[in-house]
This record gives sequence, C-alpha cells and structure tokens, in this order.
Amino acid sequence: MARKITYQQAINEALDQEMSRDQNVIVMGEDVAGGEGSPGEQDAWGGVLGVTRGLYHKHPGRVIDTPISESGYVGAAIGAACVGMRPVAELMFVDFLGVCFDQIFNQAAKFRYMFGGKSETPVVIRAMYGAGFRAAAQHSQCLYNIFTHIPGLKVVVPSNPYDAKGLLIQSIRDNDPVIFLEHKALYTMEGEVPEESYAIPFGEAAVVREGHDVTIVAIGRMVQKAQEAAAELQKQGIHCEIIDPRTTSPLDTDTILESVEKTGRLVVVDESHPRCSMASDIAGLAAERVFGSLKAPIRQVTGFHSPVPFSDTLEELYIPSAAKIIAAVQSTKEYK
Amino acid sequence: MTKTLTREDLLKAYRTMRTIREFEERLHTDFATGEIPGFVHLYAGEEASATGVCMNLTADDHIASTHRGHGHCIAKGVDPVGMMAEIWGKKTGTCKGKGGSMHIADLSVGMLGANGIVGGGGPLVCGTALAAKLRNQPFVSVCFFGDGASNQGTIFEAMNLASVWNLPVIFLAENNGYAEATSSKFSVACDNIADRASAFGMPGITVDGFDFFAVYEAAGAAIDRARNGGGPSLVEVKLSRYYGHFEGDQQTYRAAGEVQNIRDTKDCLMQFAHRVTSSGEIAQAELDAIDAEVKALIDGSVVKAKSDPKPTEADLLTDVYVSY
Repeated sequence: MARKITYQQAINEALDQEMSRDQNVIVMGEDVAGGEGSPGEQDAWGGVLGVTRGLYHKHPGRVIDTPISESGYVGAAIGAACVGMRPVAELMFVDFLGVCFDQIFNQAAKFRYMFGGKSETPVVIRAMYGAGFRAAAQHSQCLYNIFTHIPGLKVVVPSNPYDAKGLLIQSIRDNDPVIFLEHKALYTMEGEVPEESYAIPFGEAAVVREGHDVTIVAIGRMVQKAQEAAAELQKQGIHCEIIDPRTTSPLDTDTILESVEKTGRLVVVDESHPRCSMASDIAGLAAERVFGSLKAPIRQVTGFHSPVPFSDTLEELYIPSAAKIIAAVQSTKEYK
Repeated sequence: MTKTLTREDLLKAYRTMRTIREFEERLHTDFATGEIPGFVHLYAGEEASATGVCMNLTADDHIASTHRGHGHCIAKGVDPVGMMAEIWGKKTGTCKGKGGSMHIADLSVGMLGANGIVGGGGPLVCGTALAAKLRNQPFVSVCFFGDGASNQGTIFEAMNLASVWNLPVIFLAENNGYAEATSSKFSVACDNIADRASAFGMPGITVDGFDFFAVYEAAGAAIDRARNGGGPSLVEVKLSRYYGHFEGDQQTYRAAGEVQNIRDTKDCLMQFAHRVTSSGEIAQAELDAIDAEVKALIDGSVVKAKSDPKPTEADLLTDVYVSY
C-alpha cells in the first residue's frame, strides 16, 4: 500500500519537488516563511496554517516573505512570470482577491491575448477557500466561479491529497496563469500519495464513483459530502455516479455530459452562493446540450445567497450537507 | 555622475523624440477623420521624458507603461510601423490587432506593455526587477506612471515592496498636470509627487520634463544607482501634454492659450534643437534630414496600416491560452 500523507503535506511536497527541479520556481506571500526581519526564528510559520513550512531552509532565497500588500506582490509574481520565473504566490485566503483582483484579471489573464500571443505568464496563485472554520464572511468564501468566468485563467480545485499534489505540479509547469484553490477543511485529509513527482493534466474530471441512476457533479470539498450521500443512497438502492471536475477551467464537459446521458439525472453540488455559480453553469450546460436525455429536472445543492455566517448553527445550515444531497438525488429519482 | 552624450547619442535622442512627435501628430490628424477605432491617448509634448529615460536603458531592461504609452514604446525600441498597424486594428500590428493603442507590448525589447489600468504597472516591474535580482543580472525596471496613478494604492504598494526587497526599480512619475480632466493641484495632496519618496525609504527628485538633458541625467543617476544594487528611486518629471486626455477631449478645463504658450516657450524638441545647434555639436541640416526621414517613416506606416489586412474570425479565439 502506498504511503499516506495529508492534503497539506501533499501541497508542501509538490512545492518542494518543483523547487528542487527548477530554480525558476519561487514561493512568495505573507508569512510563507514568517519571521523575516524579526529577532526570533526565520521560517516561524511556513504560511498561516504551516503549508509551506520547511521550504525556507531547503530553498534559500526562494521562499520570500512579503508585506501585507496583495496587489503589490501578486502583481510582482505576475511580472516575474513574464520574464520566465515560475512564481507561486500565496494569497492566503481567497477572500483577499478583492484587494488584488486587477492584477489577476486585467493583467495576468489578458497579457497573452492582448499582446497577440507574444507573452507567457506562468504564475500560480494559491489560496485557501471554503466554509466550516467559523471564519465568518470575509474568510470563508469559494469564489472559484469568479476566476472561472475570466478567459486566460485556469482554475484548480483539488478534492483530495493525490490530486492536490499532481495538480499543483501541473500548475507550476503550466505556461498560463493558474488559480490553485485549497479547501481549508481538507488540509488534514489523509490519502495515498506517491512519493515520486507526477502531474495530473488539467481538464480531466475524475469519476470518483460509478453508478447508473443519478450523476452527482461535486466541486472540491463537496466531493466528500457527495460520497457520504452516495453511500447512504446505495442502501436505498440508488446508484450514484460522482464526478469531480478537478479543474473548473478548463472544465471536462465531455465526462459530465456523457454521464448525464447515461443516468438521465443530474445533481450539482457546489459550496458557493447559487447565483452565477459552478452549479448553475454546469446545470445550464446539461440543459442546453443533453436536454433529451434528462428524465428529471436538474437539481442544484449550494450555499445560500447570503454571506457565510459565523455562528456554528448558522454556518452548518449554510454548507451543503449530505442530507441535502440525498434529498436532491431522491427528488430526481422520484420525479415522474 | 553625468554620462557624456556622444554626437550619435544626440542624433539618436532627437530622432526618437521626433519620431514620437510625428507619430502622435499624425494620429491626431487621422483620428479626426473618424477612421481610427477606439480610444487614443497622445503623448505629444512629453517626448523628453520617455527618451531621456530610455536612452539610459538596454533591451534587457524592462519598462511598464501607461494608457498614454506610444512614446514609451517608441523610445524603448518597439517598431513604429507595427504600432501604427496595431492602432488601426490590423493583423500585422505589434499585437496582431488584439491589443490596440492601450495594450501595445513587445517583451523582446523589454516593453511590458502600455496599460489600460491606471497604476497597473507598478507591481509588475517589481516582478521583473525581482527576477533580475534573483538571477544576479544587472537589469533595471522602470515604471512610468502619471500624476493620476500617483494616487493609486498599487503605486504605493509597489514603492514599498521595491524598497523592502531593495529592487532595481525606478518609479518615473510623469506629472503632466491633469489626471483626465482633474488638476494634479487638486488631486495630489503634496507639492511634488517626489515628496512621497521619503515615505517609502527611497530618494526622490523632481525635474523639468521639457528638458531632455535634465531628464537624462536624473533618470541616469537613479538607473545607475539601481543597477549597482542601490535600490529604487522616485523621479518626478514635470511636463505637459499637448492634446486632451483622449482624442476628442475638448479640454475646456485648461486655461486659454495654455498649450500654445508651452509649445512656444518650452517645447522639448525646440529646446533640444536650440541647444545642440547653438553649441555647434549638430548642424540644423542634420536635424532637418532626420525630420524628413521620420516623416517618410510615419507616412509609410500609415499607408501600410490602411492597406494591411484585419484579423479574421480564425483569430478570435487564438492566444487566449498557451495550451487549453
């Protein structure tokens, strides 16, 4: 049996292996080492949750602390990428997108097109996302749908340690700007991860579970919730097929639509707010492309059109649950 | 440290400034016919700035520019013929007609792009400078920005970042007195933009942007300092644009006769020509010959731009990604 490590360790290992392979790979962000300029320990934090811990001493000069200045250092990462570096900038919480969005969507995403194909911007922007930490409205959003909307960006949402390592290695090697989003509730998730380096291509969904009754497309952490629901539904004789897109841009539409053609039923599970979401996007795609195969209305299981609440009772209501997925699947199965 | 300008340098500086002027004056004329698409922001009047700075740079150094970027492009070595085709929206343009006036870029000569976002270039040059520093290369990066961008957070963040990382960056503020239609006397909360340098732990200097030699020397000192590991500087160049914020701007916010007075008394090309001919370094006939050559170049670029093909439907979805 292969070695098991956590999602967080898988990300650290991917960064470590790529930094060893290519001197152009640098890591920058707020406290990615921690302690810069302080009297105590350098590498005091290794990122706010310790994801980059240990890289500072292994790769001298290439793990770079920044001021709390997201527009400044995310833009610097983009500029360095324009001249052949492969920076991995950590935005900490994806919610901080609001203070550096211009550099991402007006600069990085558009350079190649605006410049007539004469530039490459191989930058990776890592960020934590998602609810469940009682982190409240400004530290709990998903926002992958916003990046997915922007042509020129690639968007990665790994749901397990194996994918986290392989997709991060691909992100670093990729020659386009990549937004790599890590669900903070998955950091402690353990899974089998090969020690050697490997890359998972973008735009290839994983069929996490095969089934013939209902297709569940789930994003990021919601893959776990869908698996819980599917195990329960199996006991009721309902066989779910679970698809994890792994990247929302590019999106593996073929795998999703082929599954829906097979099952005739679609439930999309997306932790983000419902309007203009991945759920509504995938539902729209299926409605337009495979309408004739559908045996029941498409169901979307999402958060609500509200900020993510703080209090645990409210936050648990906000996050899509296995029970809600079960109810949605049952409703598509019972539809006449 | 003042570098000596050779005769060849002086002729090159004049040719660059004249090329920018001719390019912009021609665009001003042609825009009025309604044939040129989109927004065009002209640099005429500010030539001594781009030229004085870029005469200190090589193709391995990088610049980031602004929406008023034609002059920076020409001074950094972007081909004006390709630029003209780009502005006319042609497939033969610098960016295959996909960028237009506000996005002309040519990384092969270190030009990171004009930029449609005010203040967008500051963080980017921190990145090119960081790359040079990490690779132990003696390359510097210059961020051109205007008095409008001087109030943007991105510029403040970039100045702080460049200072704390001790990067080889020159923040080159072109203060032409107006951010769109709003005076910098209103919008900038200090007497000089250069006064802000001390807040970011770097030297700041204000120079006369109508005087090529003043810009050349001040920028040269800052560039030499950066190249030798001395870190970033802020250089403020005070100058004036001869046309509106964009073409079509009636400029009713300006004083009557303001531009004409500057043209008559301070024009950078006029001052340059007077100085180099008075000193006997260059003959007027040599400048006249350059004028004629430049005019022919720009005329030719317009003829070509008009007749060149536009992009087609096959070009719509190319270059979005390297691979997808």
